Amino acid sequence: MSNKKTRILIAKPGLDGHDRGAKFIARALRDAGFEVIYTGLRQTPEAIASAAIQEDVQWVGLSCLSGAHNSLFPKVVEILKQKQAEDIKVFGGGVIPSDDIPGLKEAGIKEIFTPGATSKSVIDYINSN
Amino acid sequence: MVQKILAGDIRSIARAITLAENEDYQAVELMRSLYSHTGKAYLVGITGPPGGGKSTLVDRMIAYYRKLDLKVAVIGIDPSSTFTGGALLGDRVRMQAHATDSGVFIRSMGSRGHLGGLAVATADSAKILDAAGYDIIIFETVGIGQSEIEVASQVDTTVLVTVPGLGDDIQVLKAGTMEIADIFVVNKADRDGVEKSVMAIEQLLSTWDMTEDDFVPPILKVTAKDNIGIGELAQAIEQHKKYLHDSGKFEVRRRNRAVTEVHTLILNQLDKWAHDKMTKDITTRDNIEEVYLKFIDPHTVAREALRELELETMWDKWGQGADGGG
Ligand SMILES: Nc1nc2c(ncn2[C@@H]2O[C@H](COP(=O)(O)OP(=O)(O)OP(=O)(O)O)[C@@H](O)[C@H]2O)c(=O)[nH]1
Ligand SMILES: [Mg+2]
Repeated sequence: MSNKKTRILIAKPGLDGHDRGAKFIARALRDAGFEVIYTGLRQTPEAIASAAIQEDVQWVGLSCLSGAHNSLFPKVVEILKQKQAEDIKVFGGGVIPSDDIPGLKEAGIKEIFTPGATSKSVIDYINSN
Repeated sequence: MVQKILAGDIRSIARAITLAENEDYQAVELMRSLYSHTGKAYLVGITGPPGGGKSTLVDRMIAYYRKLDLKVAVIGIDPSSTFTGGALLGDRVRMQAHATDSGVFIRSMGSRGHLGGLAVATADSAKILDAAGYDIIIFETVGIGQSEIEVASQVDTTVLVTVPGLGDDIQVLKAGTMEIADIFVVNKADRDGVEKSVMAIEQLLSTWDMTEDDFVPPILKVTAKDNIGIGELAQAIEQHKKYLHDSGKFEVRRRNRAVTEVHTLILNQLDKWAHDKMTKDITTRDNIEEVYLKFIDPHTVAREALRELELETMWDKWGQGADGGG
């Protein structure tokens, strides 16, 4: 008998100073039965990747409001790959122009949730992937 | 995997802890191979009320031990929801400054809820980290439930963190919780009421039944936020360690731990067996329905269920014992 759980790291890279959105989704994921590890504000991609590996999560959710997602999100994917942890899947959220989405997916971000997305859509996405 | 863990490979350590948490069968194999490589690390428990500053304190302790070039691992345990099984694990937030330090390993753990499960996961995780070469392993638990008692039985030194304002109403922490402390920390000593808290703890200690040979828990004033009192805490831990060794209690504790561990593992498996029996075995389920309907009594049904383990006769033996052999 095994007692498996999906673990998700929620992190906020970049310099913007509030994490209401990240905390909201963290709570919604907890309520959906996931184990959510929250790392707080202003995280470097290196710190996020290290935490993801130590925590042995299946998913990393990145939230960014500062506009720096185009450099920060791919950087996390890249470091995970360098550390032979490319099996850890990354999704993103925040204020992200739709024009940026194809480029981010190209860079290995599995899915992007824009501010209109419901927490249910995030939960459904994780459950089906 | 064993070789990689012994070599300190982070990914392998992290995965091994997951196996232990999931109670995966592979963890049993793994623990068998790792066991002879354990016993070097010193285990410290940090417990106390929610928001008392435990994680902040642990963050400062990591920095302190890193300066001494010791490798530090932390396991931060938070309760899982009994309804959804989900958990929001936030201890890491205060420790992220150490995330990229290769001499520091931080792991968040949900209590996940079933009898003894957490105790097994934490004991196995400590062994994995011990075998991987971490010198100090720190467990953070919230001092409100069963988990800190379970964890306290697994560590060498337990530090109980309180804050001013709680101290004068020491009842907030249940009697059982206070007794596990080897060291008291009154954190947030920058706030009013520190002396009052210290006095309340002294008062409590004076009611303890202690002999001359017992370790008298020191009471330390700490301001974790400003990194004040951390060296004193590390010294107190060192003194307690020395006391345990000098008095021979170190060996006593580790022997007791072996007893507790085996006991917990047995109970854990029996609990799973019982759960399966109650939910999956048709006869037992039907019998339980009949208990509800008052056709059979619960003792008879339990006894019938235990027949599978050939434990039903245990009742007869206990019964004879209770009846004085009659
Ligand atoms: N005034 C003061 N605040 C402190 C001190 N240490 C920690 N805090 C604050 O107390 C709050 C809780 O700190 P944490 O370290 O997260 O406390 P915790 O006990 O780990 O909390 P949980 O794990 O949620 O139970 C934070 O806002 C800290 O900044 C201190 O020495 N003085
Ligand atoms: Mg904490």
